[in-house]
Amino acid sequence: MEQAFTLSIFTENSIGLLNRITSILTKRHLNIMSLNTSESELPGIYRFTIVVNTTKEKVKNLVLQIEKQVEVLKAVYHTDEETVFQEIALYKVSRSISDGDLVEKLIRDNHARILSVEAEFMIIEKTGHKSETQELLNFLTPYGVIEFVRSGRVSVIKPEKEMNDLRKQITNF
Amino acid sequence: MESVLTQTVATSIRTTGADAVLKALVAEETEFIFGYPGGAIMPVYDALYYYQDQLHHVLTRHEQGAIHAAQGYARATGKVGVVIATSGPGATNLITGIADAMIDSTPLVCITGQVAVHLLGSDAFQETDIMSISMPVTKWNIQVTKAEDLPGAFARAFYIAKSGRPGPVLIDITKNAQFAELDFAYEKCREIRSYKPVPRLNLEQVKKAADLINGAQRPFILFGQGVILGKAESEFKAFIEKTGIPSAWTLLGLSALPTDHPLNVGMLGMHGNYGPNKLTAECDLLIAVGMRFDDRVTGDLKTYAKQAKVIHLDIDPAEINKNVKVDVPILGDCRESLFELTKLVRINSHAQWLERFREHDEMERVQVIEPEMNPTEGDITMAEVIDRVNREAKGDAILVTDVGQHQMVACRYTEFKKSKSNITSGGLGTMGFCLPAALGAKLGAPDREVVAVIGDGSFQMTLQELGTIYQTQAAVKIIILNNSFLGMVRQWQELFFDNRYSSTELENPDFVTIAKGYGIVGRSVSEREDLAAAVKEMMEHEGSYLLEVMVGKEDNVFPMVPSGTSVSDVRLS
Repeated sequence: MEQAFTLSIFTENSIGLLNRITSILTKRHLNIMSLNTSESELPGIYRFTIVVNTTKEKVKNLVLQIEKQVEVLKAVYHTDEETVFQEIALYKVSRSISDGDLVEKLIRDNHARILSVEAEFMIIEKTGHKSETQELLNFLTPYGVIEFVRSGRVSVIKPEKEMNDLRKQITNF
Repeated sequence: MESVLTQTVATSIRTTGADAVLKALVAEETEFIFGYPGGAIMPVYDALYYYQDQLHHVLTRHEQGAIHAAQGYARATGKVGVVIATSGPGATNLITGIADAMIDSTPLVCITGQVAVHLLGSDAFQETDIMSISMPVTKWNIQVTKAEDLPGAFARAFYIAKSGRPGPVLIDITKNAQFAELDFAYEKCREIRSYKPVPRLNLEQVKKAADLINGAQRPFILFGQGVILGKAESEFKAFIEKTGIPSAWTLLGLSALPTDHPLNVGMLGMHGNYGPNKLTAECDLLIAVGMRFDDRVTGDLKTYAKQAKVIHLDIDPAEINKNVKVDVPILGDCRESLFELTKLVRINSHAQWLERFREHDEMERVQVIEPEMNPTEGDITMAEVIDRVNREAKGDAILVTDVGQHQMVACRYTEFKKSKSNITSGGLGTMGFCLPAALGAKLGAPDREVVAVIGDGSFQMTLQELGTIYQTQAAVKIIILNNSFLGMVRQWQELFFDNRYSSTELENPDFVTIAKGYGIVGRSVSEREDLAAAVKEMMEHEGSYLLEVMVGKEDNVFPMVPSGTSVSDVRLS
């Protein structure tokens, strides 16, 4: 059965590595649902967070194929339950929305915040799971959403023992 | 021992990037470079002019020829093959060979020229993004834009290409980096922090495997190229001789064990021998050594060896459970793994079980081998030709084959005494591989006879390399098995597409005349009574020789496991 898996990939910082990793997904006809990359808590070691929809059998081999790449230190996969994850969404909406109590209510109900208010528009930020940022988008759409953008998933691994072992493997290279 | 200290250039020398490339190749003990010049690599070629006494450059007639020659060299010697090409089309012409080397785990260092760094991304003349193009088919690649980065890039490239599971790497060098100066010093790479080429052997797993082996009634070994790449031929032989387990080879494992070894039960897979395929469904333990359960070996996975426990020895963790579920994986260098495993297994013989293979051999001999090897009438068969080569070569020659019917027949019937003697395009199935690969093999192993067995279709994909054979005077013996068809495709059309021979019949030129044009002696044979003398003449000839044999146009290769069926459905006719 296919389900969402979050891949956490610890790498060196080198040109083209993203291409190398994504070509492994392309070869297997796997679509990337979300992608993020940033430096990890380990200096000089970068962390890719990629969400893919696939089967457990396939994801097991997938992380091994990724880990096989020379500049990849470690690649692991997790289900949503095994991670804490968030995405950030920005909504640029028309000022017409700010009439009445609507804004105050939606900010409070959605744990969102206003980043900026300009003459013609304002920018709202919300962090959460995709379903939550999507819900706010659906709510705002009738009022006129000028721009909407959602980031890739960022995710940390819940079981601390596992992360500790990983960290040891990565730093013991 | 590696002559590391003598090769390391410790004190730095002021020189150009182009010269640094050649100094690095010398430091890595390169003997041959297979290549083709062009604009963006000209500084390296210019520097090469001064290295003619240290590095032999082989000018092929096409970059694809260069890379297949480097593959042939690497497979015959166990060393890293080195290829040079220019940017753009020079680089893209390497891709088929790179993909071939990747899937067949052949160590190559490919060097491509690139437009100057300030032109990158400008669609300059002969600019192509070879980094992105080659990424999925290289073990590693790097673009070097500064001369001072060249020594480090080369040191890593050679280390990565040959360590662990070998593979092709590519270094793309912008033209400015070839012209610029650097302080050259060279140290071989020993370690890369993010790269663990050989997994540490887990002796617990070895123990578990030994227990399974000691308890098995009908164990069966499948061995692949890992035995050759791991230089584990003698460890492998010791292991099977102690346990008495019947052993079958994959196409690339061929020659790791002498073909006349009593425990060598033949070839696996689609056109493999009858016994190994049939009995895969009867064994109670499957021991895979340095092989990757390719679909051509396993047939339908749903029915593949379901009754058996599986032990898999491999150096690449990503191969474990990839296609076949494994009960006991043993990760590591198979030379070490086999050595440790041999200590723990009991001396055994499986005479009755081995007899089952012999019974199947007899069925195959009667139905397939005998009629193919000793026909008294009709067209010459491919098997007869191989039989004649065997009688002359006596198991000592290197066999290089292309892809198709001739490949399956040659690999099924050729006798081998020595390892690294079978060179063929296995995983990728690259037509056009053979002729240049045979050239590379001959240059790498000049004291050995190299016999290139090629189909008439395959030959015409890279026949321009006759020019390189002529120029290098490499004494390659070329046999074209000519059936005027793309034979394997035609066979499938006959068997699975109701005889619709769609675009498989070839109107061929006079190959002997073509060879003559390249200064290569040739002869064509179409009568059975001329065959033995012609093969003898070819093998006794001093230089290169082309022998064309007209074989049955619509002969088929059997046994055969029809695509997508179980290996136990193997057909003898």
